Amino acid sequence: MSAIHQNLSTAISSSASTFLGYNNLKNIKSSNVSLPGRISGVVKCVSSPSVEKTAYKTKVSRNENLAKLQAGYLFPEIARRRNAHMLKYPDAQVISLGIGDTTEPIPEVITSAMSMRSYALSTVDGYSGYGAEQGEKQLRAAIASTYYADLGIEEDDIFVSDGAKSDISRLQVLFGSNVTMAVQDPSYPAYVDSSVILGQTGQFQKEVEKYGNIEYMRCTPENGFFPDLSTVRRTDIIFFCSPNNPTGYAASREQLTKLVQFAKENGSIIVYDSAYAMYVSDDSPRSIFEIPGAKEVALEVSSFSKYAGFTGVRLGWTAIPKELVYSDGFPVAKDFNRIVCTCFNGASNIAQAGGLACVSDEGIKAMHEVVGFYKENTAIIVDTFNSLGFKVYGGKNAPYVWVHFPGQSSWDVFSEILEKTHVVTTPGSGFGPGGEGFIRVSAFGHRENVLEACRRFKQLYK
Amino acid sequence: MYKSLSLSFMPCKAMLQPRARITRQDSENFVDYRTKVARNPTMERLQRNYLFPEISAREAEHMEKYPNAKVISLGIGDTTQPLPDVVASSMANYAHNLSTRTGYRGYGAEQGCKELRKAIAETFYKDMGIQGKEVFVSDGAQCDISRLQAYVDSSVIIGQTGDVENESGRYRNIEYMKCGPHNSFFPNLSKAARTDIIFFCSPNNPTGHAASREQLERLVGFAQENGSIIVYDSAYAFYITDGSPRSIYEIPGAEKVAIEVSSFSKIAGFTGVRLGWTVVPEQLLYANGFPVINDFNRIVCTCFNGASRIAQAGGLASLSKHGYKAVISLVDYYKENAEILLETFESLGLRTYGGVNAPYLWVHFPGSNSWDVFNEILEKTHIITVPGSGFGPAGKEFIRVTAFGHRENILEASKRLRSLL
Repeated sequence: MSAIHQNLSTAISSSASTFLGYNNLKNIKSSNVSLPGRISGVVKCVSSPSVEKTAYKTKVSRNENLAKLQAGYLFPEIARRRNAHMLKYPDAQVISLGIGDTTEPIPEVITSAMSMRSYALSTVDGYSGYGAEQGEKQLRAAIASTYYADLGIEEDDIFVSDGAKSDISRLQVLFGSNVTMAVQDPSYPAYVDSSVILGQTGQFQKEVEKYGNIEYMRCTPENGFFPDLSTVRRTDIIFFCSPNNPTGYAASREQLTKLVQFAKENGSIIVYDSAYAMYVSDDSPRSIFEIPGAKEVALEVSSFSKYAGFTGVRLGWTAIPKELVYSDGFPVAKDFNRIVCTCFNGASNIAQAGGLACVSDEGIKAMHEVVGFYKENTAIIVDTFNSLGFKVYGGKNAPYVWVHFPGQSSWDVFSEILEKTHVVTTPGSGFGPGGEGFIRVSAFGHRENVLEACRRFKQLYK
Repeated sequence: MYKSLSLSFMPCKAMLQPRARITRQDSENFVDYRTKVARNPTMERLQRNYLFPEISAREAEHMEKYPNAKVISLGIGDTTQPLPDVVASSMANYAHNLSTRTGYRGYGAEQGCKELRKAIAETFYKDMGIQGKEVFVSDGAQCDISRLQAYVDSSVIIGQTGDVENESGRYRNIEYMKCGPHNSFFPNLSKAARTDIIFFCSPNNPTGHAASREQLERLVGFAQENGSIIVYDSAYAFYITDGSPRSIYEIPGAEKVAIEVSSFSKIAGFTGVRLGWTVVPEQLLYANGFPVINDFNRIVCTCFNGASRIAQAGGLASLSKHGYKAVISLVDYYKENAEILLETFESLGLRTYGGVNAPYLWVHFPGSNSWDVFNEILEKTHIITVPGSGFGPAGKEFIRVTAFGHRENILEASKRLRSLL
């Protein structure tokens, strides 16, 4: 059982928002909901600051950037909905194909390395205190040689982290509030949200469901899920995730070559998220650095979360080539190093021991097996929706299936699926306006749950 | 060829960087292409590298110069003693269970596992009205401080400060509250300008001073009058021996004006394991009445994905009946080290502060420049310390000595120091 997110909701605007399906607002007004049993604690939904007039207030202004955010981060919102649903139907077997949370045990070769490191920490010879903020040397070298062999990325270009999500925010802190950014639409919400928090964006524009000053690069079936770069405005930073969360699309070599060229012409920096690279089944590139010239325009973020089931263990990395420099010639890696030394204190040494085992020969084999298992899940889900006559995307190079429900509100579809089949998915609009009309089904789950979920989908949509 | 760890300095009188040897590895000739992205101007304001990697670099240099010397590090506050068995085995077991179907866990709550949040509230904030839901588990105080967007270096990075004034070594737009022997290491608040945020560390790193109840009452009063928010760093509270307050929430009214940050690093030896927490009381409100906790929760959910579950298992074990006893003896070991070092410095006739409520000694060398003293101690005794000016201009005449270390090294260091005079 995964831990239930205890969500202290931020003020949820009662007017249309990206996260709130119009029909569901009545369930979310101000109320204290006590969740018994496995879920405990009070989930308070506040539609306005609920304080008495006499309560003491400091004279510190709220960070106005946080006020720009429309609602809570997407995934705690999904969790909240799931929890509310479980309360409503205590006997239902709720199956979670929503949050991309891994479910299969971590291979023993990896966990035993972590156990050993834990025990070692209780011995005089094995104890270690602070580690290098950039990560343990051996691990950095092993990541470089495993994922970037022959691509010219070396040990000291690798910065080990507690995961891609943290790195994305550290990168935003690095770039500062004066940069402009572009994202795919739809995209993983952390890119946009962290941009808002850092003050890079304008206000949220409700009519178009976009934040001012962000360039949204639409990715749809019509353009093969690769943006038409000729219509994209120049920005300083371009976030690009491939294989993509949520659409599952992996950009081709040709497409990435165009992207790199685009970045070069504009003097932009690509932040390439390759967290799902090991899911690639065809010959699509697994790293941006496979593209010539990429080292001058890109840095890459990745993670052990979806390869080794490290979602709770917390380990990832960012690779920054030496050739990547600012307009004044100053190396980006040097400033990132400073950020890492000041705002971070290294990933957990136990997690790093696990990471080292992950990239051993045996570990890599074991990770491929875990990935293979989830890929089989993905195939089952793809087949199911195909057989029901849906237009289905993704699912080949990523553990996500992107199902089209033309003309429908994705939150409505999400709610209907949840209500009628007790299966949690993720509404596409949670990833941006380009996700409206789609549902993301994640393929992480025990095989029997995935099969059962598919049976229920068949029932609902036959 | 560019080396990511090369050090560069902008000479700043007050910070005193006497190292002529360090050269900046220039990558400009090597790189033909430049992006058109401007470097974040706030990064340019940072004066030099973060202090502790700097000390490491000096240590490395010294060891190269004297390959046979037994260098003893009383510099960076890095713990040295092994973890208690009960804590290590709980983490080993947790890790092992992750390879089983029933024991596997994926994403945890970003705020931390409920059990641990509750245990922290009950252990450290008993009877202070702080509940588990006001506790946010992190991967350590250093990270939390940045998430709170403050402290001098990350303050500079986030852009809250102005440029540094070369003469004084201070950043513009930061109010520096001087703490020295002259004011018993508690700032004269009547001279302090109003600021939105007040960072206060007690027991203090580097001075070792633990503020008294009366002093903290004054601080809370000051914050209330000014409508400021205190960020209270209590990472060393466990080292208090004299009954000084261990938490800001011991002071009535603090729950309306203060956030508290703490860590398992110096309690349980978790410097490498990475675990800490931040308390944000529900009663702490922004000027418009909006609860600070709601925004902090949003930051934690967006910019972070929770502390490692394995570390959290270790944290829980360290707060169990058995584990708690074990960590207390761990801390006692370092406290005894501090006593030994305190005696040593006092026997040398040096005014020494701290060492009683914290694992740091703050040794006064009146009229001197701390980097010079640092170099002299290093050169003559092969002991690494930390020059006081690394912590701010008022540290200029002081050296910080940490009490972390194997007992034999502490004793050896004492021997060498005594032989200095």
